[in-house]
Amino acid sequence: MNNTRMISYREAVAEAIAEEMARDPRVFLMGEDVGVHGGAFAASKGLYDKFGPERVRDTPISESAIVGAGVGAALTGMRPIVEIMYMDFMAMAMDSIVNQAAKVKYMFGGRAQVPLTIRTAFGAGRGNAAQHSQSLESWLILIPGLIVVMPSTPYDAKGLLKSAVRNNNPVIVIENKSLYGSTGEVPEDEYVVPIGKAAVRREGRDVTMIATSRMCNLAASAIEKLSAEGIDVELIDPRTLKPLDMETIAQSIAKTHRVVVVNEGHNTGGFSNEISSKIMDHCFFDLDAPVIRVASEDVPIPYNSVLEAEVIPAEKDILAAVKKVMAF
Amino acid sequence: MNRQMDAELLIDHFQTMLRIRFHEEAIKKLFAQGKIGGSTHLCIGQEAIAVGVIGLLKKEDYIVSTHRGHGHMLAKGGQLKPMLAEILGKNDGYCKGKGGSMHIASIELGNLGANGIVSGGLPIAVGSALSARMRKTDQITVVFFGDGASNEGNTHESMNLASLWKLPVLFLFENNHYAVSTEISRSMAGSMAKRAAGYDIPFTEVDGNDVEAVHFAAEEVIDHVRSGNGPFVMQCNTYRMEGHYFGDAMVYRTSAEVEEWRKKDPILHVEQLFRERSILTADEIASLRAGIQAEVDDAVAFAENSSQPALDSIFSDVYSEWQ
Repeated sequence: MNNTRMISYREAVAEAIAEEMARDPRVFLMGEDVGVHGGAFAASKGLYDKFGPERVRDTPISESAIVGAGVGAALTGMRPIVEIMYMDFMAMAMDSIVNQAAKVKYMFGGRAQVPLTIRTAFGAGRGNAAQHSQSLESWLILIPGLIVVMPSTPYDAKGLLKSAVRNNNPVIVIENKSLYGSTGEVPEDEYVVPIGKAAVRREGRDVTMIATSRMCNLAASAIEKLSAEGIDVELIDPRTLKPLDMETIAQSIAKTHRVVVVNEGHNTGGFSNEISSKIMDHCFFDLDAPVIRVASEDVPIPYNSVLEAEVIPAEKDILAAVKKVMAF
Repeated sequence: MNRQMDAELLIDHFQTMLRIRFHEEAIKKLFAQGKIGGSTHLCIGQEAIAVGVIGLLKKEDYIVSTHRGHGHMLAKGGQLKPMLAEILGKNDGYCKGKGGSMHIASIELGNLGANGIVSGGLPIAVGSALSARMRKTDQITVVFFGDGASNEGNTHESMNLASLWKLPVLFLFENNHYAVSTEISRSMAGSMAKRAAGYDIPFTEVDGNDVEAVHFAAEEVIDHVRSGNGPFVMQCNTYRMEGHYFGDAMVYRTSAEVEEWRKKDPILHVEQLFRERSILTADEIASLRAGIQAEVDDAVAFAENSSQPALDSIFSDVYSEWQ
């Protein structure tokens, strides 16, 4: 990490793809508007000029065929990266993801592999309304055979994507729409971020806060305010949702005995429930208080920005959750 | 068209068709004995298509199969023992008992899998064809789909993409007239010919119960696809002689209709050609039949004696390892 520079999350994504494509001729990118246009969020900007239309393929709007073609190419010696522009559009590709990509290896008795990376963008807070804002990660963690990662920093966006491309399983990389313009330090030199390892973003002794993607950044600023009030919060970014790094989470809870989980998915059936339930399984006797969850309300994401802000987790919700868990 | 297949090739195809037929008949017996559970879909009556088309492929070409896919696998070089072991859920099966009838596959043999999802394989075929082109090989992919799958969005997305990118895919439309209980006239608007034309894909239609007709049509079609001219749609008309599944009461069709198709049995048709052309005598045909039946009986015994997979195997093969 000697030489680093500040780059954006979207530049980090594009760098990861470019490096992996340069390293391995089997790697290619395909999706809607990823080529000439450089991606709906400019996360593949410059790749088309660098690698050409054969390896940076603009596709028709056919999500199921795009992912299914990724499965077919992965089964026969390629290492595709496919993009689903908005996570909401994954609904159109669910058969290819759930019934094909995830299950081929197992159904075929292990005699096949699907080294497929599926990138997608999620998240509310931008006025995109109900069909372009969802956090559907809990749909995916349900499915054995899938790996699911969710980077919150440019460093992780690059390092996790590189690991995903090198992994011999289907890996879903869930990027955050609101984070593409955020910047952070990224090494000049080659590196990867291992799949399955959480990051402790801040050490603290009073509460363990587990927060995913943009919620982790929101949590970080809330935690600074709490620090001024004398509440010392440890912040964990799981980075990989499946398989979840319970070891890092359990170590922290053994120290703090209190937990707040912040995730943008809905209150019912969202990823916060999965973390909470795993904590019950692994850490029950370390807890001094129930796990407090901060999640989106159980309503579709509304368009109006005031209404939208009310539905998704905000700083005030995080502060209130910490006060609540500290009251026990 | 009075072109005739070479006698030796016809005998060879006849044997593969018998192997498929007797394999399926063996499954019927095993099912009746309660030794097979779940869904097992038989391709009795459709053997000429699998054999006529796949018989022209190279070993390294790909096929993408369907839930009614035993014939495709056997025609692509699948062996009876691991086939039947898989269908009985045994350790020696192609998928170590984890896939069963609807998920038989062998990447080595170029079968990218039967598929339990109607139309699930079409996008996969687009991907294997794209992969072949990117790897600069001349491999082609033949994807089988039925009248049921023809109305799924996947089919349309895949035809569009394959045509747009001029990929080496043969869309092999096996029209067996029934999607579970629904006859094609009650499920399909327009025709496959018009649909193919809509995507600028050339189209041909043959009698799928006539192995020679399938063979000669497929020869031209495969040549077109392998030569880099893009995809082709080939429609083979046939009939699902059995129910959709074992025990299907088939209230949706008449026995007269079934009997009419029984007269067009693809295996009896080849036997008739043998007699007409004096290729084989009745005794020689009987002897071939007995030989294949013995192979199948031997494979059934092997499969029944194969061990159950170990209990802890449930946890293996979910993921490939990573560091």
